[in-house]
Formats: sequence, C-alpha cells, structure tokens
Amino acid sequence: MRLEPRDHLPPWLALATPLIAVAAALALAGGLIALAGAPVLRAYGLIVTEAFGSRLAATETLTRAIPLILTGLAAAVAFRARLWNIGAEGQLYLGAVAAVTVSSLLIPDWPPIVQIPVLLVAGAAAGMVLLLLPLWLRLRFQVDEVVTTLLLNFVAVLFVSMLIDTVLKDPMAFGWPQSLPISDNGMLPRLVARSRLHVGLVIAVALALVVWFVQARTTFGLQSRAAGLSPGGAVFAGVPLGRTLVLVAMISGGLAGLAGAVEVMGVKGYVTTDLSPGYGYSGIVVAMLAGLNPLGVVAAALFTAMMYVGADGMSRAMGIPTYIADVTVALSLLSMLVALFFTRYRIRR
Amino acid sequence: MTPILEIEHVSKSFGTTRANDDISLTLAQGEIIALLGENGAGKTTLMSILSGHYTPDSGIIRVAGAVLPPGRPRMAIRAGIGMVYQHFSLAPNLTVLENVMTGTESLWSPRSNTAAGRAKLLALSRKFGLAVDPDARLGDLSVGEQQRVEILKALYNDVRILVLDEPTAVLTNIEAEHLFATLKGMARQGLSLIFISHKLPEVMATADRILVLRGGRLVAERRAAETSRAELAELMVGRAVTRPVRDAATPGAVVLELTDVTLREAGVNRLKSVGLHLREGEVLGIIGVSGNGQKPLAALLGGTARRSGGEVRLFGQPIGNLTVTDAIAAGIGRIPEDRNHEGVVGEMAIWENVVLERIGDYSRHGFVDRQAGMADAERIMAEFDVRGGGAARPIRLLSGGNVQKLILGRNLSRRPRILIAAQPARGLDEGAVAAVHERILAARRAGTAVLLISEDLDEVMALSDRIQAIVGGRLSPPVAAEGADARRLGLMMAGDWMEAEDAS
Repeated sequence: MRLEPRDHLPPWLALATPLIAVAAALALAGGLIALAGAPVLRAYGLIVTEAFGSRLAATETLTRAIPLILTGLAAAVAFRARLWNIGAEGQLYLGAVAAVTVSSLLIPDWPPIVQIPVLLVAGAAAGMVLLLLPLWLRLRFQVDEVVTTLLLNFVAVLFVSMLIDTVLKDPMAFGWPQSLPISDNGMLPRLVARSRLHVGLVIAVALALVVWFVQARTTFGLQSRAAGLSPGGAVFAGVPLGRTLVLVAMISGGLAGLAGAVEVMGVKGYVTTDLSPGYGYSGIVVAMLAGLNPLGVVAAALFTAMMYVGADGMSRAMGIPTYIADVTVALSLLSMLVALFFTRYRIRR
Repeated sequence: MTPILEIEHVSKSFGTTRANDDISLTLAQGEIIALLGENGAGKTTLMSILSGHYTPDSGIIRVAGAVLPPGRPRMAIRAGIGMVYQHFSLAPNLTVLENVMTGTESLWSPRSNTAAGRAKLLALSRKFGLAVDPDARLGDLSVGEQQRVEILKALYNDVRILVLDEPTAVLTNIEAEHLFATLKGMARQGLSLIFISHKLPEVMATADRILVLRGGRLVAERRAAETSRAELAELMVGRAVTRPVRDAATPGAVVLELTDVTLREAGVNRLKSVGLHLREGEVLGIIGVSGNGQKPLAALLGGTARRSGGEVRLFGQPIGNLTVTDAIAAGIGRIPEDRNHEGVVGEMAIWENVVLERIGDYSRHGFVDRQAGMADAERIMAEFDVRGGGAARPIRLLSGGNVQKLILGRNLSRRPRILIAAQPARGLDEGAVAAVHERILAARRAGTAVLLISEDLDEVMALSDRIQAIVGGRLSPPVAAEGADARRLGLMMAGDWMEAEDAS
C-alpha cells in the first residue's frame, strides 16, 4: 500500500471533507461516551436538543458562536497567506481590555451611536498591534511566528491579569480581579429580548461576507493568496510580499481583537481572566474545519458552539463530564487534518 | 549466459495514464544501454520500478535469474541495483567519506568503522578512475566532483547494475566527456549500466544499445553503431521534428547596456563586473553551466534583485534598480528559469496567473476585473496553442510545455521591447522546444531584443546572433555565432575564454 498524489480534487469531495471529518470525530468520541456508561445516540441527541431545542438554548448557542466566527476568520485570513497566527487568544484579550479602557476611562458618556464604533475600532487596533510585532520579527529577522504568536498569548493574558488587578481594577467588585465595566452606552444592544444574544452576531456574519468578498474579488485578495501559495511566484510577479503580509496581519489581528471587544461589550461588560474559554485556539479548529473559507467559518463556528453548549446540558442530564465537548472538537481538528491529507493523496494498494 | 537484468512485461498506470505499457528488456553483464525518450515517455517510472520505489501493476524483474520482489527498495539495493539521480542525494555539510558511508552501517552500532570505509572507498576510486579526496567537505566540491561522489556512493553498495538518470544535465561538455570515458571503463570492468537521457549525441557515443520509449511503450531498439541521430529523433518524437533556425537579420539600436555591474548577495559576489549590450532584433546568448550567476543576472534585469555597483542603461538612459512593475512597464518580458516556483503559482487558475504580474492593468478601484482577465487568458491560450482546458482551471494541471507556452504568451502578446528568457526550453519535450524556439525567433523578427540565458549548447547556437559565456559570475566578451563551435564554447564555459580568443 502506498500513497500517490491526486492530480484533481472533485468539488463534492472538497465539500464532503469537513462532514466526513466531523462524523469520524463523533464516532471516536462516541467510544468515550460509551466508556462512561451512557447510550451514545441519546447523548448526541441530547447535545443537539440542549443546543437548539429551546429559544433560550438556541440564543445561547448563537451567542457562543459570535467570538468563534471572529477568531475563526482571523485564523482563516492569516493561514491562507501562510501567516501562522496562533495568537488569536492573546489578541482577543488585548482587544477586550482596549474596549474596556476606552469606554470606562476615556469616553464613558459618549452616546452609543458613537461610542460603540469607537470601542470596536479600539479593540481591533489592539489586536493588530499584537500581531504586527511578531510579523515584524519574521520579516526582519526570520523569526518563526508560530512560536512568537503562541508565546505572546501568555504574555498578553498575564498582562491583562496585571491590569485588572491594578489600574483597571473595579473597586466595586469586592476584591475580585475584574476590570472596570464598559459604560452602559458602550454595551451592544440585544438582538433577542430576555436572552444574551447581541448584535455581535450581525457584525460577525457581515464580516464573514466582507472577508469572503475581499479574498475572492479584490486585487489584495488575489495577491495575498499568491503570497501564501507560492512566495517565489508572488515575488517574481511583483507582489509586494512584506506589504501584503502586513495587511493580512492587520486584518487577522484586527478580527481577533474585535472578537474580544465584541465579547466584552455584548456579554459580560467587564474583563476577567476567564473571559475566553480558549476562543482563540478554537478559532484555529473552526478555520481548519471550514477549509479556510470565510463562509464555511460561520458553519464551523456554529458546530463548535453547538458542541460546547449542548455538551453542558447533556452532562447535566447524563452525568458525563463536559470535557466530551473539548474532546470532540479536538478530535474533529485531528480528523480534519487527516481528511485534508486524503484530499491531496489517494491510497493505492 | 543469463543476462544480469531481465525486465518482463512490466506495466504501470497512474489513473488513466499508462506510464509503462508492457515493457520488456534485457541487460547483459558489461553492457551499457541507453533509455531514450521525451519527458513523460516513462523512463523515470520504469527506473523507479526497478529501484523498488514503485510497484508495477504487472510484470516481473529478474536480477541474475532471481526474481526481484516488487516495491522493496532495500531488496533492490541488496540485489546490486544502484541509482544515480539527476538531483544528488548528498549532504553538503558532510565529508565525501561520510556521505558515501551514510546508510551503510547499522544505526545501533556504537561507532562507525571509518578505516574500513576509507580503504574501500579508495580502492573503488582507483579501480574505476574516479579521483576524490575522502576528507573534502562535499559542499566545497564542483558539481562534476559531486557527481563522482554520487557514483562512488552507489558503487560502495556493491552494485552490479548502475542506473544514471540524465547524468550530464548538470555538467559542462568537458566534464561530460570525462564521465563517458569513466562509464565505458566501468563497463569494461564488468559493471552493467543503464543510462537515461534525451540527448542524442551522448547516447550514440556511450551506449552499446539504445532503447527508445514513447508514450510508455518501448517503440524501438537499435544498436548504437547501426542508427543515426535523425532516426532516433524521429523514433523518440513519433514524427519528424525540426527545430527552427534563425535567419539573417540586421540588429537595430542598443536597448540595454550593462557596464561593470556587480551584485553582492549574502556576502558573496554573484556577478563580477559584468558587461553586455543588447540590440533590437537580435538574440544574445548567455551560455554557461547552472549556478554561475545566471539567476542573479536574470533577477537583476527582471526587477527582483538590486545591483551593488556598475551602470545599467535602458534605451540609452541610465537607470537605478528596477522593480518588477518598472520592468514590465518599460516593456521587459520575463521568462523565469524555474517556471514552477517562479513563473506560475500552481494552485491558482490559469487566468489568475496571466493577470498576476500585471495586476494594475486588471484592477478597477481595487477589484479584479475577472472578465477581462479570463478573456485575455483565453486569447493567449488560443494564440499560443496552450492545451489543457479552460482558463479557470488550476495551472498545475497543465504540462510543462503548456505552462511554458502560457508564460511566453503572457509576455509576447504585449510585444515586449526586451525579452529576458532564462532556460526557456529546459525540461521540455522536443515538440515543445521547437514551439518555444519558433516564438523566440518570431519575437526577434518583430524587433524584440532577446537575452537568452541557457545551458544548452544546441539551443544557444541555433538561436543566438552573439554569444557570451558566464562563469563564476563573470561574462566573457561576446563572440559572433558564426565563429562559434561546440569546442570553442566549451572552452569558454570552462572559464577559458582567454585561450578561446587566442585560438581564434
């Protein structure tokens, strides 16, 4: 048995790949559920009903999907240009802290119509800055950005932790390490009454469309794709490699920073160090499941959010640890990587 | 007497392509056979089956009468089959001895028996007349010496059958002649050799028998003494093919002039006080073995490298360093040496590869004008006979010849004033070579100044009006094509143009 490269990938296979990967992940995780002594099919049924079975559940799942769409887009944009941004988690935290700082300390009284856009821009800018530094190190000194962006996550989270224990500490929080709140004028409006779902969903889906359009139709999209697929070919064709990567980094870091700003302005209203249950890392899974397609990111983010929200409810009902959601999402990344390999190679006897 | 190697009815398909179709051949001890064929004729597939890297769909291979288990590289090596690939599998940071011994000792043995290895290497080196210094660092050796190491590495594994894949592709013609003498000596000592090539003269000079492959089938077998170049060429291509030859023309004004140009890169002088001038309607051939400064020269003129000294005049005006956009805007067309890694982005569509280097012309307010791009791509594909489907397909699905025709087309359809053509026919089959040459000559007739950078003597002599050799980053003075023959150019390529001038 050996592997031979495929010369052609049929479109149906490209579409089926993530579905096959998810099915494989569910089958593998099913083994773990069975091991925990629960009926597998009923457990998966519960995950779906717990995630979408009621109005409250559905809004909760969609709320969870918002930051995942944004971090998924951040990863998809960067990966397509072969810029390995593993730092969305840190960019998300800096974005959140930037929104809180601007809102609570600088412009608490500005009306929502002005304040909300300013806060979103501030969050995006903070994420950009955190990604431009590793990019500069790569362009100037060929430092591997996988390492720098990954490690900057810890720096960023610890930096945020320091801020919310010192200058940004909320004096009204009874000593809990939590930041000053976003002013009421800076909070995103609710999309559905008596739920946590906020207009961040509209922003995220709109941005997915914009990113898709930019990649598919603009000069910049064409150049950044060339830069990612073949740096040598791009340089020969006169694509300004450095400038293209800087723009890609600004979009990717900006989207991740925006994820943080949107999350803090839409849900909690203040920053703690458990603001994100790993949205930055899950964004990588979302982007890979989506095959780096911006529209696919929305679907993949919904799947991931469903697993997390549904598994919470299922574990309450059946006594299975909620970790099953983390395991399934992680398994779906692994099976997607395997599936992607088989989109490029076929097995011969 | 049993032949040392028998290949019987071997077939191998990839998808719907029959790469090898019922091929049978024999090789006697002490014999040299040549496998002759165009790219894609199935030579390399057959050799990969022989070396155990591919499993044949059907058919068997016997070595000295014993069946060789299919798809087992280790068994092939043990049976005495040695391969010398076109791209060396040597580590530049190790010494010659270390390279030769790599992989011959168990990973678990505590120490390496270098004394025995050295003795064996020196014995082989003497026996076959392949002089090397066992302690030299491989990276310091010339390409010809590295190839000697590669051959010794195969011999070190006690080969009985040595396969050489396009062994002369990286050599000067003088080095190549040494190689042929060595190979004949090895055959006299009882080794059997298979020699893969698409170059007719060297096949005729070296092999005892010549087997011609075409489209995966063995179409003919000739004794070298009983055939001719014309017959072999026709057998190889399947029809009579003649490469076009330039006709006389009067060159016009000088459009490009380099004086004393140097280019330093990573602390090494890649170009050393280079001088040339190029006229409208002429082809200036730059002949030389790869790696002697062709890359930086093409990059400098194409806008992807900066010079560190000297003067460049474009259309009479002194200019600074060009960017790619400047170069294209000035009417410089560029055919890169590495068409797969520079010329095109394989995963992108054909039309995207047409518009990419002229993105400014196809962009309106930042949006790509896909319709115009598709239309131009289809026009170029029709005009330059690019086959392989619609303009929206990924370009990696095209064959090398069609990719090259597309690259030519996207340049020539704009009627460039200067064409920098680096290795334009490298790796193409005979039909595509003729097409590419015809296009270059047509551009010359239309008044384009062509700088032809090539390592193929026949190509340079057929197309060029004047010829300069490039050696170690230096350019020889030009010689007129009429006064140049293979011997003189060979001397120039060896860096000996002072002598070549004296001899003239």
